[in-house]
Amino acid sequence: MTARIGVVTFPGSLDDRDTQRAIRLAGAEPVALWHKDKDLHQVDAVVLPGGFSYGDYLRAGAISRFSPVMETVIEQAKSGLPVLGICNGFQILTEAHLLPGAMLGNNHLHFICRDQKLRVENAGTAWTSDYASGQEIHIPLKNMDGRYVADERTLDELEAEGRVVFRYVDFNPNGSLRDIAGITNAAGNVVGLMPHPEHAVEPLIGSGRTDGLPFFTSILKKLVNA
Amino acid sequence: MSRTPLDTVEHAAETPDVELPWAELGLKKDEYERVVEILGRRPTGAELAMYSVMWSEHCSYKSSKVHLRQFGEKAPQSDALLVGIGENAGVVDVGQGYAVTFKVESHNHPSYVEPYQGAATGVGGIVRDIIAMGARPVAVVDPLRFGAADHPDTKRVLPGVVAGIGGYGNCLGLPNIGGEVVFDACYQGNPLVNAGAIGVMRHEDIHLAKASGAGNKVILYGARTGGDGIGGASILASETFDDAKPSKRPAVQVGDPFQEKLLIECTLEAFKEKLVVGIQDLGAAGLSCATSELASNGSGGMTVTLDDVPLRDSTLSPEEILMSESQERMCAVVEPAKVERFLEICEKWDVIATVIGEVTDGDRLEIFWHGGKIVDVDPRTVAHDGPVYERPYARPSWQDALQADDANKLVRPGTSEELKSQVLALVSSPNQASKKWITSQYDHFVQGNTVLAQPEDSGMIRIDEETGLGVAIATDGNGRYAKLDPYAGAQLALSEAYRNVATTGAKPLAVSDCLNFGSPEDPAVMWQFAEAIRGLADACQQLGTPVTGGNVSLYNQTGEVAIHPTPVVAVLGVIDDVARRTPVAFQEEGQLLYLLGDTREEFGGSAWSQVVHDHLGGLPPKVDLERERLLAEILISASRDGMIDSAHDLSDGGLIQAVVESALLGEKGARLIVPDGLDAFTFLFSESAGRAVVAIPRSEELRFNDMCGARGLPVTRIGVVDGESVDIQGEFALSLEELREAHEGTIPALLA
Repeated sequence: MTARIGVVTFPGSLDDRDTQRAIRLAGAEPVALWHKDKDLHQVDAVVLPGGFSYGDYLRAGAISRFSPVMETVIEQAKSGLPVLGICNGFQILTEAHLLPGAMLGNNHLHFICRDQKLRVENAGTAWTSDYASGQEIHIPLKNMDGRYVADERTLDELEAEGRVVFRYVDFNPNGSLRDIAGITNAAGNVVGLMPHPEHAVEPLIGSGRTDGLPFFTSILKKLVNA
Repeated sequence: MSRTPLDTVEHAAETPDVELPWAELGLKKDEYERVVEILGRRPTGAELAMYSVMWSEHCSYKSSKVHLRQFGEKAPQSDALLVGIGENAGVVDVGQGYAVTFKVESHNHPSYVEPYQGAATGVGGIVRDIIAMGARPVAVVDPLRFGAADHPDTKRVLPGVVAGIGGYGNCLGLPNIGGEVVFDACYQGNPLVNAGAIGVMRHEDIHLAKASGAGNKVILYGARTGGDGIGGASILASETFDDAKPSKRPAVQVGDPFQEKLLIECTLEAFKEKLVVGIQDLGAAGLSCATSELASNGSGGMTVTLDDVPLRDSTLSPEEILMSESQERMCAVVEPAKVERFLEICEKWDVIATVIGEVTDGDRLEIFWHGGKIVDVDPRTVAHDGPVYERPYARPSWQDALQADDANKLVRPGTSEELKSQVLALVSSPNQASKKWITSQYDHFVQGNTVLAQPEDSGMIRIDEETGLGVAIATDGNGRYAKLDPYAGAQLALSEAYRNVATTGAKPLAVSDCLNFGSPEDPAVMWQFAEAIRGLADACQQLGTPVTGGNVSLYNQTGEVAIHPTPVVAVLGVIDDVARRTPVAFQEEGQLLYLLGDTREEFGGSAWSQVVHDHLGGLPPKVDLERERLLAEILISASRDGMIDSAHDLSDGGLIQAVVESALLGEKGARLIVPDGLDAFTFLFSESAGRAVVAIPRSEELRFNDMCGARGLPVTRIGVVDGESVDIQGEFALSLEELREAHEGTIPALLA
């Protein structure tokens, strides 16, 4: 048996089909979810993909967070449904208060696209168990609003509880506080990050590495062994 | 608000003596007289609006048509061409049932006025051309040219253009995989912002811009129509209305990439369900263009009720609605039984869609407003029968002197030390420096099919995940070469793009072009234009790569001074399995470096002559199309059979530029030996065409040499991939660190 992993398409989602491909390559079954449909169609986990939902004209993720599908995602995430937010998905998760903090415009004011080095700080979440803690990986990054911010107390809390999942290494591409690239909730089922693991799953394509594949194999193993 | 009576067809017939502002709308006296002759009466204001925009240089190609015909007349026999010149974009068969459509267009003037929106809407427009053919857009490329890199205005124009291209393309989810950035004082005040796009579809999904089948509905969908992008129409409007309405509307359109993304998805879903009979995007000339082209390409006529067009601004006059260039709009022709489903799909994607008209069995395009008929024309006369000019052209008087000013006679470096400092000056010059600061503002990963992106020789996209089938695209142009000899310059642009595609392992199939020139009213410019087209058409014929479509941009000049003639050529290629692609970067130490082709003392128009001597004169490198074809065949075979691990074409900057780029990208140095019969300077800086440098695993050396020998391609072993520096034996060595600093520091220092 395999796991069914839903990928939500919001208006303006861009990496939804790529994420479905990554899920398929990891051996799981991708299920397309539609933003206007509250029904999650019995998926075992959900990915909120990257893109510019609603054009990011208001604030990245601010409108998508109110879409019908998110009502169910928010409700089920609180009872343990594994949810991964990539880039715009991460922004939606913070707007939905499933993850703390917020994302501001990159400190250099430009869109940035690069192959980014990261350190896996927490290999204990639903989405990172196939990595080793401290492992350094390269994952493509591309965003306009990627500067992670939160108040000092929240940041200290995240650090103390091991909830910083990824940190930028060698180069901080957007001015994120404490080089934070990704975080998790207290339960470890909700993870958000700015870089795009779905663009690092095939040796020939994109960055030419497969460092992103363990995201999708991690969740598959967890779901199949559950 | 007081207003004059509606200028209907009837009213126009009754008031033949009303003066219309045809001159302000850009029509010449004889052109206006022709409109009157065609209609047998004076045109209504709305008709005049349509004729004036559709007969503009931009839409009618009136100055260029007589020359562009050569692309058709000299078109080589090609089985690959499915749709040729004249549609929204050409379509090429790439095998396995796939068809690829691609096109390059200019958005030069708007990008100078308003860099961000000008460039953004340039991307939007070319992408809609691709969708209108039935294809899913899969990549964009952007050949750009700016004034001198250190000119203050370049710092205004370039960052805006780059942010606009990124802002729009990134938000659409299209990987940006190629293009160029060139600086030259001749583009000061006239930057060239060309935008290209590629789309993929199955053969059976090709759609055309025609309205057929009486009773079929005409549906306008996408953004509401506003007052943006209206040039002369407001003149008409102000004649009709009083001063109470807004005036001085911006002539540059404003883009909404989010709306365009929805438009892409909803159009593709409608195609998938086979709901669309004909389709046209709304670009230049807006509804005037879409309705007249759809109607004239179909079998019947068309009626349109302009009152049904959804508006952003209810005060717009009918003339303004017809001329508005509001972005993100498309027009589809749909059978009555399928209209409901079409509208449902639009609603699913939150796209506004409205039936605005119907195909008739007549042959007139009739447009109504407030119950009155304000347009009654034969659509062909608007869309296709515009004026055609045989503009006078003459070889400029200065051409001989320019060619006599031989770059080969310029002072060359006398010592190894001087050679070394000129190499550093070259690789750090704005044109030769790394453009990473620019390209890192573009998403090149999205869609998950990007195999190669800039700074590779060509961008490459996988189009079938199972078989690995892929397409490659390269765009090239060298205004300096074209200024020295427009005929050869155009051929060199094609040669380079063709070579770039082959260097990555793909087989060149077809060509699109964007021809950027000064004023056609200047006989010298017209000569450059005529020569460039003749050169390109001849070369396409010889290389067997048909021109599938393109774009002409004239009037790129300030006062009397025109830009360098700049034909930009895009070549599309196909590769059976993207796993066999050849990258630029050196892969492994110890691999042997071979120079393919002949190196001659050719420095006219070269990067060296520009960087070291600020000189432009002499003749451009010799064109040898048969050599280009042979070189391409060798590069493709070598890639397919796994004989080479990296390759880089040699063009501006010569061999040293190519080797430095391969070394920096691969983070591996090279030891080079100046071959017998060449001096170090010529070896490093010559820009002879038809050359590439390849890295060969030692185990493949014999086989590779045998292949080149058997086919008659001269090859020279010039060194080995090795170490932490680029070492020209007996001359000088430059560490990778030093080279990286020189090559990558320039653009951020100028622009960041």
